Parts: sequence; structure tokens; C-alpha cells
Amino acid sequence: MARLLLAAAALFLVLFLASPESFAGLFRPFVTNNAPAIYTQTGLLSLTLSHLGLVGVAVLASTVVAVGLGILVTRPAGREFLPLARTVTSIGQTFPPVAVLALAVPILGFGAWPTLVALFLYGLLPIFENTLTGLTNLPPEVSEAARGMGLTRRQRLVQVELPLAMPLILAGIRLSAVISLATATIGSTVAAKTLGEVIIAGLLSSNTAYVVQGGLVVGLLAILIYEAFQALETRTARRIGLARR
Amino acid sequence: MIEIQNLTKIYGDTTVVDQVSMTVETGQIAALVGTSGSGKTTLLRMINRLVEPSSGKVLIDGEDTSRIPAHALRRRIGYAIQGHGLFPHRSVAQNIATVPALLKWSEADIRARVDELLELFQMSPAQFRDRMPYELSGGQQQRVGVARALAARPELLLMDEPFGALDPVIRAKAQQDLRDIQRRLGTTLVIVTHDMEEAVALGDRIAVMDKGELLQYGPPSEVLTQPAAPFVRELIGEGERPFRLLSLTRVGDIAKTGEAGGETIPAGASLRDALAECLWSGRSALPVEGGGVVTLDQLESRAAQASVA
Ligand SMILES: Nc1ncnc2c1ncn2[C@@H]1O[C@H](COP(=O)(O)OP(=O)(O)OP(=O)(O)O)[C@@H](O)[C@H]1O
Ligand SMILES: [Mg+2]
Repeated sequence: MARLLLAAAALFLVLFLASPESFAGLFRPFVTNNAPAIYTQTGLLSLTLSHLGLVGVAVLASTVVAVGLGILVTRPAGREFLPLARTVTSIGQTFPPVAVLALAVPILGFGAWPTLVALFLYGLLPIFENTLTGLTNLPPEVSEAARGMGLTRRQRLVQVELPLAMPLILAGIRLSAVISLATATIGSTVAAKTLGEVIIAGLLSSNTAYVVQGGLVVGLLAILIYEAFQALETRTARRIGLARR
Repeated sequence: MIEIQNLTKIYGDTTVVDQVSMTVETGQIAALVGTSGSGKTTLLRMINRLVEPSSGKVLIDGEDTSRIPAHALRRRIGYAIQGHGLFPHRSVAQNIATVPALLKWSEADIRARVDELLELFQMSPAQFRDRMPYELSGGQQQRVGVARALAARPELLLMDEPFGALDPVIRAKAQQDLRDIQRRLGTTLVIVTHDMEEAVALGDRIAVMDKGELLQYGPPSEVLTQPAAPFVRELIGEGERPFRLLSLTRVGDIAKTGEAGGETIPAGASLRDALAECLWSGRSALPVEGGGVVTLDQLESRAAQASVA
């Protein structure tokens, strides 16, 4: 049942993005004064792709940095950086992305860069915390066996610790991706090409249909990405015997 | 040969292993027994330097282990831990292949070795090679843990209560198998247990530990007949001593010429089994498979040695 709904959602999204005009009837009820029902200034498909691209690049960067930090602070040499890393990633999450945009524009100018920076900072915390939990909560007898078997520190990290922490790390990336997907809409206030453009246009021209279709596409993307990640997590977890059956 | 010299471990101001010295000859089994917290695991872990000694040293074939890089040392020493510690994300074959892979054996050699070990532990390679650890029973997991420890043909094998999770029947079988395998491979083995019965069944030497000190180190017969301290006596269990002593000797070793009726007893059975059979069947002598008899009198006088001491 859940699968069927997801497939239906995916199908709807693809069809809608391929030919938004065919769905005009669906959004007509939200329109007053004979305004257009579908946003056409920029293609919805191209906005969606650019939105996904921004999120993808930002999440990738957050992942590299957060996982790297997680590894660093769990090594004996890097342990002293743990409080610092915690502070930095928490600030990244608590500092409002809008404020980051406002601060970044004078330095980076308008366009995609300020949005990338805001999303990157916003996405660090969940990945970092999950990496940390994954790397520090290994079954003690497994770490003991790895040491006793003569694996070097690096071999233990690559062959044992990271694979076992993988489901948790993936969960962190999933959270970041979903948060970023919604947050990226504000990028349009500083001229990044995102689905926020549709929503903002709707707000400015009091066209509820625009707001609804922008929100709908973002929402569907978030659900699909969430589910895809979860499926991947379950598969990794099952492979290491954590989630049976 | 492994020589432990004045080995000591101090945590804060508690001494958990205190000046322990003992030697295990090549190909022998030394069983460390003692109550919980007596320092057995700590002593064992100092041998492969999972715990660094506070003082004292360990020599393996005359070589001071503190001079060998820890990871290189550990690849030479098989280690089976309390609660198996299999890597949950790796198949049975990959788990067993851990150390050979670290030592860069060829793939063909590794594969042959994995199959050989699985056969040895009576787990059909075709059936078990590609299973994941969670798809095994507790007993199978422990056997794979031991196979993994043996994989690179280590000169020395350390085992920390490897049979702790097994039920008594499978446990006795596992001990027998381990002993056979150890004899066949000629591996030197140090095994930790808090079960005197297991120590007697397996050990060529028994080391009794209490509060970090080595109270007695000697062959089972000596530990049973001449307990060096009240604690050792207590650990053996006063009432159990005659039976433990009987379990050390095989029927074939004391069989004498004569005739007796009824079912025969295998020459490899222990005197303890023979006594049980005599009492159970109400006979005063049993015919031994392959000739000769063993009498109740013989068994009684053997058992009496425990109380003479
Ligand atoms: N890392 C440590 N720090 C402080 N004390 C420790 C540490 N490791 C062990 N100990 C203490 O050393 C003593 C001996 O522990 P050890 O694990 O060697 O006992 P054991 O004989 O193996 O017991 P068991 O039969 O319960 O496994 C215990 O009192 C334990 O609390
Ligand atoms: Mg122990």
C-alpha cells in the first residue's frame, strides 16, 4: 500500500514536471481574476533540476566535512577538537539560513553561492552527530576483536568502524537532505534558481496556485528522497545483521 | 614456548595482576582458572598487548614481545574472545580470512584455508561459507570465532572463555574438538575459564589465579592431589576432587588382564565414566574394549589418592 502511494506520487511528479500545462485544471480552483494557473516564467522542470542540484552539492559538501570531522574527533589525536566541532556544527544549525544569506550576499554576491553556503552549514549537524554516534557506539567485542586480530588503526576505521556506522551516517544524510530541500526555497530571495521562485512569485502576485504547485513539488521531492534513503539504510543495516528480515 | 616473567598490571592503586611468572611449553595447553575478577582476562590480554603491562615481560620463543609492533605481534597470535566478536558486516568466510588477508595471502590460499577450517569444525563450506554471522547459532558463531583465530596458523592461540555460551553437551564436544585440533596442529594454547572441570579436561597445565596472584601452576593431577592453597582446594570443590582425579586417566591406561561379563567400555573412556558404569550396572569389573578389565577396586584406590594428599 505504502509502496503504491509512493509510486503514484513519483509518477504524478514526473508527469507534472514533463508537462505542467496539462495539469492546469487541477490548480484552476486556487486562481482568482483569471490569472494563469501554471507558473511559466521559468520552466518548472528546469527549476526543479537546479533546486535538486543545489541541494545535492550542498549535502555532498556537508557529508564530506561532517563525516571527516566525525572521524577526526574520534581519533586519539583529534579528541581535543570534539567540543570545538560540536560548537561549530550546532551554530551552523541554529543560525537561521536567512541570516546566513543576508551575511553572505555582500561577500559572495547574488546567485547560487550564498544559498550553497547556507545549506552546507545547516546540513552539518545531523550528519556529524550521527557519524559520531556510529563511530563511538560499536559493539565493544567487535572493536576488541579487530584490535586483537592485528588491524591497524586505519584498517579498523575503513574495514570495521565505517561499515558498521554506515546506517547511522546515511540517516544523518537523509535528515540533512530533507531539511535542505525545504530550506533551499529561500535561495530564490537572493536569485538562486530554486522552486522558491514559484512560491515567491505566487506570494507577490497573490496567486495561490503558484504557491501550491511550488510547495507540492518540493514536498513530493522530500518524501521521495526520504523514502529512497530509508530503503538504502534498511538494506545496509540488514546486510550487517542489525535489522533482521 | 611462551615465558611470562613477573608480569604486573596496576590500574590506579589496584594491582589486578601481581608479579605472575609462568612458562607454557610449545604445543601445550595452559588453562587459567579463577573466580570472576581474579585477573585472568587481563593476564591473557597482556600477552598480545591489548593491555600494556605495568611491569614484567612476555617472551615468545625467547623474543621479547614489547619489541614487536603491537599489530604485527597480534597477527602472529590467534585470539578468540569472550563472546566471539565476529564482524557482523562480513560473511563467515571473510571473518575467517581476516588475518590471512592482512598478511596478504593469495586468494586461492585464503579460500583453501577457509574451507579447510570449516571442514575441521564440521561446518560444510558450501553451506556456511557465505552466511552472515547473524545467520548462525550461538555455537556456530563461537566455532567460527575459533576458526578465525586459527586461520593464519598462529604459533600461539589465546582463548578467553570461548565456550562460555554453550550448553554442557555441546560444550564437552567443543572441548574435545579443540583438544584434537590443538594436538594435530601443535599449537600452544592459553585458555581462560572459570570452570575447574573445563580446566581439568583441557589443560596440560592449570594456573590458578586469585586476586591477581598466581597461586599454583602445575599439571592437573598435581593441582588436584596437592592443592597449594585453601583457595585452590575450594575452587576444586572438596567433594569433587576424587571424581576430577578419575576423569584425568583413560581406562586403557590401567586395564589389567582378566575376564569380566557384560558390556565393554571403550579404552578411551575416563575412569570417571568407568566408575559410573560400575555403579550403574552393579558390576565390580568391566571388560575393556580391545582386551583386559578394569575393576571397581582399582577405581576406588585411584580415587582415594585424592584424599591421601
Ligand atoms: N581497564 C580497567 N581499568 C580498571 N580496572 C580494570 C580494567 N580492566 C579490568 N579491571 C579490573 O581488574 C580486575 C580483573 O579483571 P579481569 O577482567 O582480568 O578479570 P577476570 O578474571 O577475567 O574476570 P571474569 O572471569 O569475570 O572475566 C577486575 O577487578 C576489574 O574490575
Ligand atoms: Mg574475563
